[in-house]
Amino acid sequence: MNNRRDVYIVDGSRTPQLKARGRPGPFSASDLAVTAGRALLMRHNFDLGEIDEVIMGCVMPSEDEANIGRVIALRLGVPQTVPAWTVQRNCASGMQSIDSAFHNIASGQANLILAGGVEAMSRAPLLYNKTMVNWLSDLMMAKSLGQKLKTFAKFRPGHLKPVIAILHGLTDPVVGLNMGQTAENIAAKFGITREQMDSFAVDSHHRLAAAHAAGHLDEIETLYDSNGKFYDHDDGVRPDSSIEKLARLRPVFDRKYGNVTAGNSAQITDGATLVLLASEEAVKKHNLPVLAKIVDSQWAGLDPAVMGMGPAHAMGPIMDRQQLSISDIDFWEINEAFATQVLGCVEAWKDDDYCKTHLGRDKAFGEIPHERLNVDGGGVSIGHPVGASGARIVLHLAKILHRNNARRGMASLCIGGGQGGAMLIENVSNEPLQNEAA
Amino acid sequence: MSTDSASTYSHWKLEYDVHNIVWLHLDMADSKVNLLSGAVLEELRSVLDELTNNVPQGVIILSDKKAGFIFGADIKEFLELDDISQSQPFLDRGHEIMDKLEALPCPTVSMIKGMCLGGGMELSLACNYIVASDDSSTRLGLPEIKLGIHPGYGGTARSIKRCGPLPAMDIMLTGRAIPSSTAKKIGLIDECVPERQLRQAAVSFVMNAPKRKRPPFVQRLLNNRLLRPLVAQQMRKQVSRKARQEHYPAPYSLINLWQRYADNPKRMLREEALSVAKLATTETAHNLVRVFFLQEKLKNQGKQVEFKPSHVHVIGGGIMGGDIASWCAIQGYTVTVQDQDPSRLAQTFKRAQSSFKKKYKRDRRAIVAASDRLMPDHKGYGVSHADIIIEAIFEDANVKRALYQEIEPRMKPDAILATNTSSIKLEDLSSSLNKPGRLVGLHFFNPVAKMPLVEIIRGNETEEDVVQRTLAFGLSISKLPLPVKSSPGFLVNRILMPYLLEAVTMVDEGIPPEVIDKAATDFGMPMGPIELADTVGLDICKSVAEILSAALDMPLPENLNAMAAANKLGKKSGEGFYKYTKGKAQKNKGARYADVQKVQDRLVMRLLNEATACLREEIVESDELIDAGVIFGTGFAPFRGGPIHYIRESGKQKLADRMNELKNEYGDRFESDAAWAGL
Repeated sequence: MNNRRDVYIVDGSRTPQLKARGRPGPFSASDLAVTAGRALLMRHNFDLGEIDEVIMGCVMPSEDEANIGRVIALRLGVPQTVPAWTVQRNCASGMQSIDSAFHNIASGQANLILAGGVEAMSRAPLLYNKTMVNWLSDLMMAKSLGQKLKTFAKFRPGHLKPVIAILHGLTDPVVGLNMGQTAENIAAKFGITREQMDSFAVDSHHRLAAAHAAGHLDEIETLYDSNGKFYDHDDGVRPDSSIEKLARLRPVFDRKYGNVTAGNSAQITDGATLVLLASEEAVKKHNLPVLAKIVDSQWAGLDPAVMGMGPAHAMGPIMDRQQLSISDIDFWEINEAFATQVLGCVEAWKDDDYCKTHLGRDKAFGEIPHERLNVDGGGVSIGHPVGASGARIVLHLAKILHRNNARRGMASLCIGGGQGGAMLIENVSNEPLQNEAA
Repeated sequence: MSTDSASTYSHWKLEYDVHNIVWLHLDMADSKVNLLSGAVLEELRSVLDELTNNVPQGVIILSDKKAGFIFGADIKEFLELDDISQSQPFLDRGHEIMDKLEALPCPTVSMIKGMCLGGGMELSLACNYIVASDDSSTRLGLPEIKLGIHPGYGGTARSIKRCGPLPAMDIMLTGRAIPSSTAKKIGLIDECVPERQLRQAAVSFVMNAPKRKRPPFVQRLLNNRLLRPLVAQQMRKQVSRKARQEHYPAPYSLINLWQRYADNPKRMLREEALSVAKLATTETAHNLVRVFFLQEKLKNQGKQVEFKPSHVHVIGGGIMGGDIASWCAIQGYTVTVQDQDPSRLAQTFKRAQSSFKKKYKRDRRAIVAASDRLMPDHKGYGVSHADIIIEAIFEDANVKRALYQEIEPRMKPDAILATNTSSIKLEDLSSSLNKPGRLVGLHFFNPVAKMPLVEIIRGNETEEDVVQRTLAFGLSISKLPLPVKSSPGFLVNRILMPYLLEAVTMVDEGIPPEVIDKAATDFGMPMGPIELADTVGLDICKSVAEILSAALDMPLPENLNAMAAANKLGKKSGEGFYKYTKGKAQKNKGARYADVQKVQDRLVMRLLNEATACLREEIVESDELIDAGVIFGTGFAPFRGGPIHYIRESGKQKLADRMNELKNEYGDRFESDAAWAGL
């Protein structure tokens, strides 16, 4: 890691995360990103041409948003000469965009990057099934009237059964399990009970409600739709959530014998988070504030059937590399895809056996304190717009560090397909920048 | 390409290509735009003679000006036509040259990019084919009607021949300029292509000389002698809703021309020239041409300095602030609109969306782009980015001062602070600023999208550069900027107010509002004063009137107070002087009053008298600017050329006598202003 330059998170904004309510939501993915990005850029005074590149994470851009990073950049008024691209690492796409920016700035290729992630999950498409596609192709190929009529006659109502893209997207194509089932695997493996999961979910809601009330979510920018409505908070929050209420819900994945319910899983939501990253040079040149420094990042691979364990696998190497123990980390953000999966990661780190077998350590890390983990709620209450969450947790972690005048924070996500991603950041507001210290 | 012609011309250039096609370039000397001036036409005559003697494969007419194709005839020349002995030869010459062009024995193509108006369109119509670029800067039209005439270089007969009577008459009667895609759809032009294909398309028409499509059957049917009277009657009915024959004779002459002569195109061409020759000498035409030049004069006010703000910030998300913001976004600016109440911003954004949809129709990309340029800015981030901040919050001097104090430290050092106040003195507001010279008035009229004028108010402390930049900004958002002295009511509201109050007083006296409004529209106002007051809102009228009545010693009519107190606020509350159902005033058609002329005189005299007072007080720089401001700010009968012009034209002594009579009857408010005599 020598010769690498320091990389700073300057500032960031996000939209409120809006729960999918059956129909496509009021905003497209790029609409969401534009709202977050406009406000973010408006807080600073550099010329937009100073941005070296725009990198956006998104899992399923709509059909008219190919390379959505470029669409967003141009809609934000970033000059045409500034390149933009889109990254996809499933649930960690937003973190991947920050990580890519981190590397490009650290290596000296760039000084100022607009990164982030976005997902409009409510707008995931319905697709024609294969037989329908074949039938349509035949119809288009048919030349004579006779051929056309013949093809018409072959049409069956079953052709109209759509393929629901989001269900496919949330199913592992290799092991064939949907994400909820991988969470059930973890619950079984660590003996996590329904009560534990529900209790964790209740905390998530209460913590988010408290953060809203205390004004701790100032990174949220109000969304305005074309019908005169505005959206200024994460609307999936249930301040009145309780274990009793959650206990009434039925498991949705393993319907008969499972424990994972809609209440202890992440909500399907629409949202965008944009983050501005800068080298020290850019910070000085444009007189930018510094929210945090990115210290390290890590990606890890594991069995797709227990993809939710990803954070345990990705955070471990950073801890070892940076020679940190749990008490050195002031705050943790582990994305709540499923309550049970966060709990599983906590359990794994307490477990000597797991740490030996899977993380190549002599013994366990210890227990991540619950009061320092996801202190302002997480995916269960805020929702998990898959492309955006990675950027959201990194940004919010930086805000938490600032607010508490704390130093180190670890952000991590599990990734469908069996991966984990983690990022260590540091609040440097009490320290001079690198060169001045030297 | 290019073996150039032997003869040299100063406006036209002939270029021969490998196919022996002549590319006939128009590049009017010493002018930014192409006009069909006398000199340009005379030269064209020689060019056409040359081409008739030595016929090429084809002729393609194009413009070398960046600004567009041809903007029309030179209106300055038009001003000199005082009687028919002058106008007749003027029109005959045009006809002769267009006929010559039409008679060329080779294919002729008009290749249009940019504006193609009036004479330019008529020149194109005399060609065999018209091809135009499909970009948004290309618009075609026959706007002569706006100058009190109708097409006079063969445009009437030729446009009807091309696309049939309904579309052609519609274009000529409304005078609107249409995009080339529409022109293609109605058959006015033959092809509408992207700019990159324009030359290829023009050449293809010359080489293939295809047979031109006739207008659709229905259109040909409507041109039939038996049907024409019926159709013409329908057209007259439609026109009469917008313009009366005694005020605006041209549309009626045009309809007559078509009805009588459509069977005989040759005859129609001849009669067209005659008709325009007559119209060109009317008072209406002269006054409308005058209005055209007044408009140019206002535009010039905004051309003294270069100023293109990179960011416009509007404070106040009410109807006015919101509409200003969305208007600026439509004009291409990046705009933030600030309000402390997000629900008001949400309404603002909704209204903006509907303006965008109105403007861009189904062009979803354009709507998204405009929406992206307009950012609801709850937290006021835009303040530090803006080169001009437009304050449009409610009329409270203390609140405004506090706001200025709060935002000034965050403003760019040379950013302009413009207030949309209509009633507070600038000097009362600038005291809270460190740099009071940056405060200027920028007074929009409601509805923002429709009203062409903005008043730019120079306070005692306003820096000259700030005034100039604000004038330039006004022009850059496609408004007509009028520089005005800081004084109660500025120009437009001040002149309007006595007229409105007189109307309200007459209602008090028992004269039916319908009669009063009709007296005003008979004079040529676009809307009667009572309906106008209802539309503006009686609360707003009252508050403006209160400020003005204190400053100008005008008593406030009783009923205005009473109605505002009873929450009868006009259209917006459903009842004012009229009752409103579905936004329409319910008028009693049977309302009568004995002396309608007196009603009209009382209204008009007060308006004229106040205009004279403004002239004396130098509220604006010149009498022409008063006329311009009153026409574009109030809609004052354009065919009368403006209040000061009207006084002079109708005889100031005659009007002063009438004032005296009214004074004897109604008191000192009809005392003619001291400046009256000097007009």
